[in-house]
Amino acid sequence: MSLFKAHYNLEKHSVGFVVAIILAASVGGLVEIAPLFTIDETVETLPDMRVYTPLELAGRNIYIREGCYACHSQMIRTLRDEVERYGPYSLAAESQYDHPMLWGSKRTGPDIARLGGKYSDDWHVAHLTNPRAVVPTSIMPAYPWLATTSLAVNDLGAHLATLRTLGVPYTDAMIANAPRDALAQARPDSEAAADVVERYGEATTLRRFSGADELTEMDAVVAYLQVLGQLTQAPYTTETTP
Amino acid sequence: MIACLTPSERRIGLFLAVCLALLGLVMAAVGKQDPMAVHGFMALVLGGGLFFAIGGTLEEPAPDAARLHRYYDDPIKVGIVLAMLWGVFAMSIGLWVAGLMVWPDATFGKAWSSYGRLRPVHTTGVIFAFGGNALIATSFHVMQRTCRARLADQLSPWVVLIGYNLFLVWAVSGYLMGVTQSKEYAEPEWYADLWLVIVWLVYLVLYLRTLKRRAEPHIYVANWYYLAFIVVVAMLHIVNGLALPVSFAGAKSYPVFSGVQDAMVQWWYGHNAVAFFMTSGFLGMLYYYLPVRAQRPIFSYRLSIISFWGITFFYLWVGSHHLHYTALPTWVQNLGMTFSIMLLVPSWASAGNALATLNGAWHRVRDDATLRFMFVAAVFYGLSTFEGSFLAIRPVNALSHYTDWTVGHVHSGALGWLAMVTFGAFYSVIPQIWGRAGMYSPRLIEWHFWLALAGLLTYVFSLWNAGITQGLMWRTYNAAGTLNYSFIDSMEAMRPYYIARFLGGALFLAGICVGAVNIWLTIRGAQDVAGDRPFAPQVAE
Repeated sequence: MSLFKAHYNLEKHSVGFVVAIILAASVGGLVEIAPLFTIDETVETLPDMRVYTPLELAGRNIYIREGCYACHSQMIRTLRDEVERYGPYSLAAESQYDHPMLWGSKRTGPDIARLGGKYSDDWHVAHLTNPRAVVPTSIMPAYPWLATTSLAVNDLGAHLATLRTLGVPYTDAMIANAPRDALAQARPDSEAAADVVERYGEATTLRRFSGADELTEMDAVVAYLQVLGQLTQAPYTTETTP
Repeated sequence: MIACLTPSERRIGLFLAVCLALLGLVMAAVGKQDPMAVHGFMALVLGGGLFFAIGGTLEEPAPDAARLHRYYDDPIKVGIVLAMLWGVFAMSIGLWVAGLMVWPDATFGKAWSSYGRLRPVHTTGVIFAFGGNALIATSFHVMQRTCRARLADQLSPWVVLIGYNLFLVWAVSGYLMGVTQSKEYAEPEWYADLWLVIVWLVYLVLYLRTLKRRAEPHIYVANWYYLAFIVVVAMLHIVNGLALPVSFAGAKSYPVFSGVQDAMVQWWYGHNAVAFFMTSGFLGMLYYYLPVRAQRPIFSYRLSIISFWGITFFYLWVGSHHLHYTALPTWVQNLGMTFSIMLLVPSWASAGNALATLNGAWHRVRDDATLRFMFVAAVFYGLSTFEGSFLAIRPVNALSHYTDWTVGHVHSGALGWLAMVTFGAFYSVIPQIWGRAGMYSPRLIEWHFWLALAGLLTYVFSLWNAGITQGLMWRTYNAAGTLNYSFIDSMEAMRPYYIARFLGGALFLAGICVGAVNIWLTIRGAQDVAGDRPFAPQVAE
């Protein structure tokens, strides 16, 4: 067979062999990945989709740092039992500002794509401090140090600016006031609180998340957990039965 | 070992050590309080240590010219020892995280020891540290023997080995400090990723330069697989690692892709890390050590060609099967499923080719535990690839995804295939390059084999059961038409399986510890056999 004959010659040329490997290995990615950037239907357009506030972003970065994705998915599939257990299935647009996405691949614990608003802040604080205090048979690690570690807010402006470079629509005012907004979101009675609502929208939650006086990592994580599934209301208003 | 380098190689090595120390100094200086500074300090210490080690040998005489008529095996020896050390370390961490599933408070209340930080230490440690060092070491061995040529120079193998292990130390220590991108199997941050690109390019250039010096007209099939491993892993790593650091003075970066595109790129990478790191490279190992140990030629040359190009072409399409029923467009999911099923053909062609090679040597499989390791590896390669294609079918995936079935599947590949073929290859190569008549104790190889097999079977059976139970409980409805089990019900049901998995892991870990002791006793003994020499001597410089 001539194909085998051609290969018989190809395997005498190392550089030619490498080029052939690159060509053969490139096709799959080009066909499956490149169109995801060009086909408009890939990501829905949701008018009320908002960006993370600096406090929520800081919480998300702690979620990343602690490797929570290893046990919790944030992607509800289009399956009846998942929709009934967790809520409307996840839309692509809901993670369009997620660098990286945290869809996860394993549910040692439950999916948390729609966790926001399901439990009180107090429950989250108690659960993160010692999961077995609220769920006796839980096997989640305890994160007691979150409540005792003060939150680093000074460089949050640089984080927002980096994300803007990558396409997340943060404004100049959001970037300039990031540390102030992070503090104000957890201080609803402060003067700066109104600015947070002005910049991030009426739907932004302003609360003393951890209940403590100092702004800690616990505030950021709870603020993030409470916004999961709440960046847009579109999944709850449109028909999402698979 | 350093005295084996030529004077000019020592000078270049000295220069590189200074560069590494300076890089570390800069990272430590700009990083200040950031974890990146700790990594800079590590590079500084390593660069400084190498500087003094090499500097002390500058005045020593040039090595004997006869070395050019021998293979260069020193980096292989170091690579094998590193692989075994990492293997014992990473599997111990694996046992610990398996224990956390049963005893969740076994973290001492410390941040570094929580499950989310230890888990990537285990995965990176086994796949990239144990597996990676084994691949680098055996590739140096296989390329020299199948080309009948000495490594192209004596310095770049060390750049590859030392550079790669620095990357690993950065990665693993980074996770413990909370430095991670949370991209599965691609957790290290931007500077470690960039460093790996440099190391990998040196590796590719060294491989091609050595191939160029070969005394054989044809490039042997094992080298095709090692080449695909090097080239495609570079491609995947660069695209998936694209990220923008918040500041060049800190570790934190944001990946350039987001949401659905990031998910697709991540699993295009993730599944092909399985394909080209955990499969292709180890097939290279299998294609050399199995026929050598069995003393039989490869069953079919044409089957080798079909399976090689099938794997190299099909695998890159299948990543989307990790994203069935998600927000990824359905057309991509369906392509992923289709190619996953087609992939079974080249996968089983490889496994079948390996098993058919053993025809006429079954008595050796029975008597020789080293060959039996590779036989079991080929069987589990066939089983795992079948399971992989099966799990990629959408309705099956609806049940299995997000459950422990996936974890069981990965371990059937990682323990049953990757680790088994590595042990077989190590027991074949160690006596040869250290100049021993055989391993210190054949009985200990038997012990290792049976411990590993018992551990493997205990592990995968417990997690198959766990995963299917989980998947079924999540979708069980009662007579009233509502979900029958809460999530916590399904978690509680896992406990016996998690205990069984812990025991399986303990057996496998005990096996590798026996192997490490046996290897240590073998290389500690005196040399009794001369090493082999190239048939056609090549001039190195």
